[in-house]
Amino acid sequence: MSTSRRSFLKWVAGAGIAVAVPKSVQAHDHFEGYADSYGVLHDASLCIGCRSCEAACHEVNDLPAPEKPFDDKSVLNTIRRTDDTNYTVVNKYKEGPPPKNGVFRKQQCNHCKEPACASACFVGAFTKSPEGAVVYDESVCVGCRYCLIACPFNVPTYTYDDALTPKVMKCTMCLPRVKEGKLPGCVEACPMEALTFGKREDLITIAKERMRKHPDRYINHIYGENEVGGTNWLYISEEPFEELGMRTDLGITPAPELTSGALAMVPVIIGMWPVLLGGIYVINRRKDIIAKKEKEDAVAEMKAVTTAEGEEKVKKAKEQALKQQGFAVKREVKKALEEAAKAKDENQNGEEAK
Amino acid sequence: MSDQAVKKSLFTPFNIIAALIILGGIPIAIMRFTQGLGAVTNLDHTNPWGIWIGFDLLTGVALAAGGYVTAAAVELFGMKKFHAAVRPAILTGFLGYSLVVFALLFDVGRPWRLPYPFMVNQGVTSIMFEVGACVGLYLTVLFLEFSPAALEWLGLKKIRKVVVRLTILLTVFGVVLSTLHQSSLGAMYLIVPSKLHPLWYSSYLPVFFFVSSIAAGLSMVIFESTMSHRNFHDKMDAHHIEASRHVTFGFGRAAALVLAGYFAVKVFGLALGNHWDLLFTGYGFWYQLELIGFVAFPCFLYALGVRDKNAKIIKFAAFWTVLGIVLNRLNISFFCFNYHLPASERYTPHWMEIGISLFVITIGLVVYKFIVTKMPILHQHPDYPEEH
Repeated sequence: MSTSRRSFLKWVAGAGIAVAVPKSVQAHDHFEGYADSYGVLHDASLCIGCRSCEAACHEVNDLPAPEKPFDDKSVLNTIRRTDDTNYTVVNKYKEGPPPKNGVFRKQQCNHCKEPACASACFVGAFTKSPEGAVVYDESVCVGCRYCLIACPFNVPTYTYDDALTPKVMKCTMCLPRVKEGKLPGCVEACPMEALTFGKREDLITIAKERMRKHPDRYINHIYGENEVGGTNWLYISEEPFEELGMRTDLGITPAPELTSGALAMVPVIIGMWPVLLGGIYVINRRKDIIAKKEKEDAVAEMKAVTTAEGEEKVKKAKEQALKQQGFAVKREVKKALEEAAKAKDENQNGEEAK
Repeated sequence: MSDQAVKKSLFTPFNIIAALIILGGIPIAIMRFTQGLGAVTNLDHTNPWGIWIGFDLLTGVALAAGGYVTAAAVELFGMKKFHAAVRPAILTGFLGYSLVVFALLFDVGRPWRLPYPFMVNQGVTSIMFEVGACVGLYLTVLFLEFSPAALEWLGLKKIRKVVVRLTILLTVFGVVLSTLHQSSLGAMYLIVPSKLHPLWYSSYLPVFFFVSSIAAGLSMVIFESTMSHRNFHDKMDAHHIEASRHVTFGFGRAAALVLAGYFAVKVFGLALGNHWDLLFTGYGFWYQLELIGFVAFPCFLYALGVRDKNAKIIKFAAFWTVLGIVLNRLNISFFCFNYHLPASERYTPHWMEIGISLFVITIGLVVYKFIVTKMPILHQHPDYPEEH
């Protein structure tokens, strides 16, 4: 009995571990991103902050015109982020000598290989297309904004001022244009070739080639090669990435892996809880039934004992009564006999006297 | 004469304040749905979730845990002496979850699409899908668990009989669904290791949320029974008044144990995260305040109250634990979220967001008061004496 229970517990623990750590089990068919997907390499060392990419982005995506025109350099004095009217922004992170006059970096959706937004969306509004773009489908979006929470790069934005049809806004990597064989708007517009469009694998080769040719110019790291599992938008830079407003503490774990363990517990809980709880209920009900039965038995037994004792007493009493009755009869008989004998004596004496 | 008495009784301080809050909330609600979220909230692209999620949803769900905790204790674990606590706990659970969903209607961009994740396109990789599915199902379970009281009030004996037969099944369902979504609310934050402060981020988040929800549920039941005593004493029968003493000490003992367990799991999590060095930073002291001041301290108080048979200490511990749960959920959703950003890029709630939260809570209190006054919640229905 005890061994079978122990082996059962062992089995349960084994099952729990197996389900809780699915990545080791599934290591062989782990998704590593679409082969031959496209991406963009942004060489920040070439960027001059001209904002041509922003202008082109607004044009191809029909975004509203900004308050200040795109050639107004004063915009660069404050750090901006993407918002619901800008899919991409260029920021100036450092002052610098002419001709560039500073250190710049363009930001937009990085089109993760395994996107956090797509993993987080409970209505599947995000899709990673085989071309490499992470695309958003407004027609199903509920507007919970979990994608904004989940994105490690703070990319998706929301049209908060729209009362009836609010939606997420973010860079599409110009997927419709890419499908037509055109370049993304920003890449086409860049006068400095700071943006290179191509197959992601080729872009990594190009980046490594540039680093090899100019080892003293570039930081020896391709940002996006492994960050959060890899992104289709890649960056190389002559300045440390943290100085370009980029987080270097994101790690290389793809977002879906962060939650897969918790999701794997769902079937365990659904499978185990009813059995355990049902078992506890049945045990407790049985305990109640047994307690009730024991109580009833005890009462019945007490009753029986009391009855038996009572009967005994009655019997004894009867016997005693009979006995007493017997004595009485005997005494009466004796008395009667004595009296009769006495009378006889007196009669005889009387006759003799006559 | 009697009409006058009724009219007079309507103008109690509670009713007047409740009416003012609800009347004040209506124009904000109209603004929200005619001018968008931007008009009434301080939400932005970096801080997309405010107090409607951090307080109304995360905290609301934790504090509504009394329903499953009490139902499980009585129906499954056989602790029949707490039977009188089941109905009030189920009622607050049902109202709590209803309010969570009601508040969510304000928060999501297109609330009329809330069925989409289940009817149109299932995002099964999302923890939020699990939360949504479980909350939706559990709201149904709570409705059914609560319905016998309403059916007794309405005198529908046959339907009531059918529902009462389902009690055990519904209770098991309730515990399964609660385990899943209470823990998943914590699991929702597993995807943001880069945004949530490392002292609060942990792969144990789902465990923390689940265990603390039990403490929250137990404490809320004690807290509510204290409040009911104060406000609805005339609605309670002798059976309920007697039972509430059992509940205070029984649930107090359980809460002491659960909080001790929660404290231990939190310390394991701290060890797993290995961020001991952060304990003596500003956030670290904040973390210590939460862990020692709002987990260890109420745990000690509960134990003390049970040992000394002092109901006052237990009631205070319950109140303190509830505060601690509120603090924990707000830490995760608000105080320690986006911790790395400068204050100018952080979120502070707009007064109209607070207005809507108050509006939602007040509606809940009014409905609770109505139901407790009309239906057999704190007393037995005379037609069904065999149930208790």
